[in-house]
Amino acid sequence: MKLQVMLSLLGQGMVTSVELFTLTLLFSLPLGMFLSFARMSRHVVVRNVSKFYISIMRGTPLMLQLLVVYFGPYYLFGLSLSSYSKLMASAIAFVLNYAAYFAEIYRAGIESIPVGQYEAARVLGYTKAQTFLKIILPQVIKRVLPPVTNEMITLVKDTSLAFSIGLVEMFTQAKAIAASEKNMMAFAVAAVFYYLFNLLVAFLMERAEKKLRYYQ
Amino acid sequence: MRVLEMNRVRKSFGELDVLKGISLAVDQGEVVSVIGPSGSGKSTLLRCATMLETMEEGDLCYLGEYAARCDKDGKSVYAPAKELRRIQRHFGLVFQNFNLFPHFSVMKNITDAPIRVQKRPRDEVFEEGRELLRKMGLSDKENAYPCELSGGQQQRVSIARALAMKPEILFFDEPTSALDPELTLEILKVLRELAEEHMTMVIVTHEMNFARDVSGRMIFMEGGNIVEETTPEKLFSSENARTREFLGRYHDLG
Repeated sequence: MKLQVMLSLLGQGMVTSVELFTLTLLFSLPLGMFLSFARMSRHVVVRNVSKFYISIMRGTPLMLQLLVVYFGPYYLFGLSLSSYSKLMASAIAFVLNYAAYFAEIYRAGIESIPVGQYEAARVLGYTKAQTFLKIILPQVIKRVLPPVTNEMITLVKDTSLAFSIGLVEMFTQAKAIAASEKNMMAFAVAAVFYYLFNLLVAFLMERAEKKLRYYQ
Repeated sequence: MRVLEMNRVRKSFGELDVLKGISLAVDQGEVVSVIGPSGSGKSTLLRCATMLETMEEGDLCYLGEYAARCDKDGKSVYAPAKELRRIQRHFGLVFQNFNLFPHFSVMKNITDAPIRVQKRPRDEVFEEGRELLRKMGLSDKENAYPCELSGGQQQRVSIARALAMKPEILFFDEPTSALDPELTLEILKVLRELAEEHMTMVIVTHEMNFARDVSGRMIFMEGGNIVEETTPEKLFSSENARTREFLGRYHDLG
């Protein structure tokens, strides 16, 4: 196989990996916020259900969750496996899993804001929504950027788990090429790809952190 | 004109009765200082007045509008949220540890609530904001962030922030307790100027000499009760054993 052909195959896998990464972030970041509200809710039922959800999502392997999401509809309802794409199944599993981690990160951030901020806002007449969106959330975002960066970097690498349901992303592609070519070149290229991807993630997040460094 | 009226206010935290039926009335232009040992309920009284705490019993009334009123069993019943929001405009509160919004510039700290909450015109609010900063001696700090300011400057910004809402009455909860003696003087000077402008104020403080100078009336609290309520002159020459003991301690320190 020519290098060019290999790179083009890996390139296709790369696109799928980036798609999975983007879809996961796009939906798990906001979903995590709602989940963290539920986790901090005054309602015992809401709080405990979300607590249980987070505990299951964090306590079982992501690969297993992937398999359940992909094969579940078939085993449980007899739906055909072709009824939804592997990318969609992977994205759903990743979103459900990562939202649990993000929820706990948000909760830590929200609970670290001094109660005085809420009191000052209240005395000044801000509504609850204004207080959260204008006073609390901006400060929370600054505080959670480092742990969110951590999760994002883990996510870049976790996208390779989608090989377990046969999604043709970077890692699946590299494995197939290595097997047929009987050399490790494709693995090396994959490693460089993951590393550069994460370098970019770290760089962008550091820039975001720097932008928010104007206050303490 | 009566700005604030609190009648027979009771508040407890679990088993602990913090306020045991306190009444307080403040007229327009009055400066009232509240003194007393730690745990006497001074701050809780302010927090009940500013609705940061919910009273169990008693009335709370601003300018004739009841925020809370006793029902026939004596329990406080608060007005609907919408009414409370309107009544809230009558007062401002300055905190011991400032509670400025760290991600807002000095100017935004002062102008955001008047614009966003009171929906007043931007230009007008900014002009008033600049005027307030000038008064506080902070004209050059308009674009600074709270973390770039000293404690005294931060407290002056928080006073400006409260004044920008044009309250009828301003509460101060130990406004100098987080500051060193020099910065304390800075803040006391500002409060003195406000008193000269006849701003209605209730000040919880440990600065006895300042309280004596600036207030028309002083309240000595202990154990959730008002021990004495009188003019500074009378309080400082009080016959009450407990008052004498408390003020004597400060005298020894001073």
